[in-house]
Amino acid sequence: MKLPPLRLVRPTPRSALLRSTHLRFSSSLSQKPGAAGIRFPGAVSSQFVNSLSFEHPATYPALPTYRCVNQDGDIVDAAYTPEPDSLALKMYEDMLSVSIMDVIMFDAQRQGRLSFYMTGQGEEGTCVGSASALEKEDVIFCQYREAGVFAHRGYTFEDFMSQLFANAKDPGRGRNMPVHYGSKALNIHTISSPLATQIPQASGAAYALKMQRLTDPNIPPRVVACYFGEGAASEGDFHAALNIAATRSCPVIFICRNNGYAISTPTLEQYRGDGIASRGTGYGIDTIRVDGNDIWAVREVTKRARELALKDGGRPVLIEAMSYRISHHSTSDDSFAYRARVEVEDWKRRDNPITRLRKYLEKKGIWDEEKESQARSRIRKDVLKAFAAAEKEKKPPMRSMFEDMYEELTPEMKDQMRELKSVIERYPDEYDVSEFEGGKDTLAP
Amino acid sequence: MRVLHRSFSRGILPSRCLLSYKTPIFPPSRLYSTSPPSARLNAPADYSTIPILNHTSQTALQNPELPPDVRNGTTKRMNLFQSVNDALSLALAADESVILFGEDVAFGGVFRCSMGLAENFGSERVFNTPLSEQGIVGFGIGAAAEGMKAIAEIQFADYVYPAFDQLINEAAKFRYRDGKEGRHVGGLTVRMPCGGVGHGALYHSQSPESLFTHIPGLRVIMPRSPIQAKGLLLSAIASNDPCVFMEPKALYRAAVEQVPTGAYYLPLSKAEILKEGSDLTIVSYGHPLYTCSAAIEKAEEDLGISIELIDLRTVYPWDKECVLKSVRKTGRCLVVHESMVNAGIGAEVAASIQEDKETFLRLEAPVMRVAGWSIHMPLMFERFNIPDVARVYDNIKKAVEY
Repeated sequence: MKLPPLRLVRPTPRSALLRSTHLRFSSSLSQKPGAAGIRFPGAVSSQFVNSLSFEHPATYPALPTYRCVNQDGDIVDAAYTPEPDSLALKMYEDMLSVSIMDVIMFDAQRQGRLSFYMTGQGEEGTCVGSASALEKEDVIFCQYREAGVFAHRGYTFEDFMSQLFANAKDPGRGRNMPVHYGSKALNIHTISSPLATQIPQASGAAYALKMQRLTDPNIPPRVVACYFGEGAASEGDFHAALNIAATRSCPVIFICRNNGYAISTPTLEQYRGDGIASRGTGYGIDTIRVDGNDIWAVREVTKRARELALKDGGRPVLIEAMSYRISHHSTSDDSFAYRARVEVEDWKRRDNPITRLRKYLEKKGIWDEEKESQARSRIRKDVLKAFAAAEKEKKPPMRSMFEDMYEELTPEMKDQMRELKSVIERYPDEYDVSEFEGGKDTLAP
Repeated sequence: MRVLHRSFSRGILPSRCLLSYKTPIFPPSRLYSTSPPSARLNAPADYSTIPILNHTSQTALQNPELPPDVRNGTTKRMNLFQSVNDALSLALAADESVILFGEDVAFGGVFRCSMGLAENFGSERVFNTPLSEQGIVGFGIGAAAEGMKAIAEIQFADYVYPAFDQLINEAAKFRYRDGKEGRHVGGLTVRMPCGGVGHGALYHSQSPESLFTHIPGLRVIMPRSPIQAKGLLLSAIASNDPCVFMEPKALYRAAVEQVPTGAYYLPLSKAEILKEGSDLTIVSYGHPLYTCSAAIEKAEEDLGISIELIDLRTVYPWDKECVLKSVRKTGRCLVVHESMVNAGIGAEVAASIQEDKETFLRLEAPVMRVAGWSIHMPLMFERFNIPDVARVYDNIKKAVEY
């Protein structure tokens, strides 16, 4: 570890923007005789009422779901300005790419060529639509069902395959389960399996971005986007994250993919309130619910959310994108054990983000059956090519199993590397290390 | 949840509460800190003379681990909370990316460690969080992942468990899982007061360090004194690995010494031989070092032996080499810690000693452990649970007479 010099520096003068917006003093002096309300410190603008009544969730209508393009591909929001065709085609290609990759990789896992896979069928619109509204400097935290976000930002089939096969080109150095993607160049943090842990991290990261811009105004304004499912929103970390993001005014967009299921658990067993969106206002967070099958609505909502998040020094925004998980939860799950096949088929046929955008494109006359089949076969070929290449690659060097625990290898790690190497050398028939780049020799500390 | 700390301790009472909590007059009975009148071993520790602390400016500046400019500088009398405050202040002044946050940090902290920092460095850099430990650590991880030096405070180590998932599954694994991408949360330091204070009972007394030492990826540090706290905390903040920094709260006001006023780093993962000896090695860290020191004084006097005292300072990754070298010399070893004996630091130290072929052959007595019993900290029985001078003395005797 190189220690930085400890010297005193003059703090940069700060913008008045942030100079404590958090102080809220309350005093009993504000209780005037006959006042309509007392400034209780915990709720300063609550009024008294003289009749007893509880608030019932049932008396409030469900929050509406914004859409701008309907199931037939027609624009229904009169105020909406359509985006350029080039963007429409790019977004369509991104959705198609991940959905075709999903089918191929799901089957590959079934054939035993991959240890695990999770598809994102039905949620391509939420991922691609929201990612398209972010700037490339914006920092993203994902849950695991957001391949569309990676694809839209420029993650290639080679990148996907290297990670899925945990080969020598895998940035995770062969340590993570498949679909735990990450990319520093694309500003997407590496996915981890524990649910919802990324949500308070997103709040902290957003605070960091805000502070860095305060210190150096040349840094462009940035936000953090954080994805999670409606099941993950039941974790304590969701609560912690939204609350701290609100109290610290963090420029973060929370994007909930509400797809109806958390593995086998339907939303009726997940919560009894009005979805996830209804919780946002309780934390003092600007909130919207959107049709996740309408990629234009998702894009528009995320665009506006980004503007809001950067307003007045920063604030969090919550988006709940409604969709349906067409796929099984993962390759370790058979979802027909807990839901009817007909329900899934119905969603697949009746409404999904890909067919809806396809209808939109066809109505504009920029897409047709022939283009569709050409695109599908081209993407399929590209996936299979990357697949075959990745499968052939060697696995990462064995020493990478000990590295990156700390910035430097500790004496304990070095001893353990030597010990493992020695065991392999003394029992050569018990271990096959030929698939690892450099074999056992990389275990020399 | 946190009612107790408000009227917590005579010694470490949060100063803002001083006026509102008057000690009621009770009929004369035993005071918490008194010891049996005829006690020779279990007498209260005299912090003003104990050799662990540097009582003069001269001894403080003699420390060879200090850089030359600091050794030529001045010192100031500080207790442990003041030296923590001094370190935090230096870190905040030296680097704009340092932020400090936690429950009640802004007004100075319930133990006064962050006094004056919000005023000096602004409410954007030193601030209160909502009362949620998992939120505090998760927030710190996110800020560190984006390049900040995030110093998070958990009000008592006893309340770190809601943040366990974030520390173990996230902070400790962040660099490992990011691989070639190279991102990490080394900027994160999680501070927490720990250890018994006389009357903290189940939830204001714990020392959960061994729960963290089972987790590679974290550095776990516990200082013994104000000088150590300052230098080790500055190193923890500068370190590119996530650090858990545990502050023995009983020492916040009790341990007072001359502390160099300059900024300095003390090395992490490096033990320090506090006193050289030839017949027995005592390995400890944090508050029990004072108990060990008192026991050593009596044992050397009574038994005519010489004892080596080692402060681990960083309990993981720990300085195994220093301990093994010492035990090879003395042939006997005693490990002393306050937290429970079962699967504690002592287990790891003892196992490492017997596992090392060379050291094993030099052993002349079993490695012994003096630690808290395998129970939770009971209010009225704390003094029978935390290793005291008599228990350490007794085990020294057993080891040399084996």
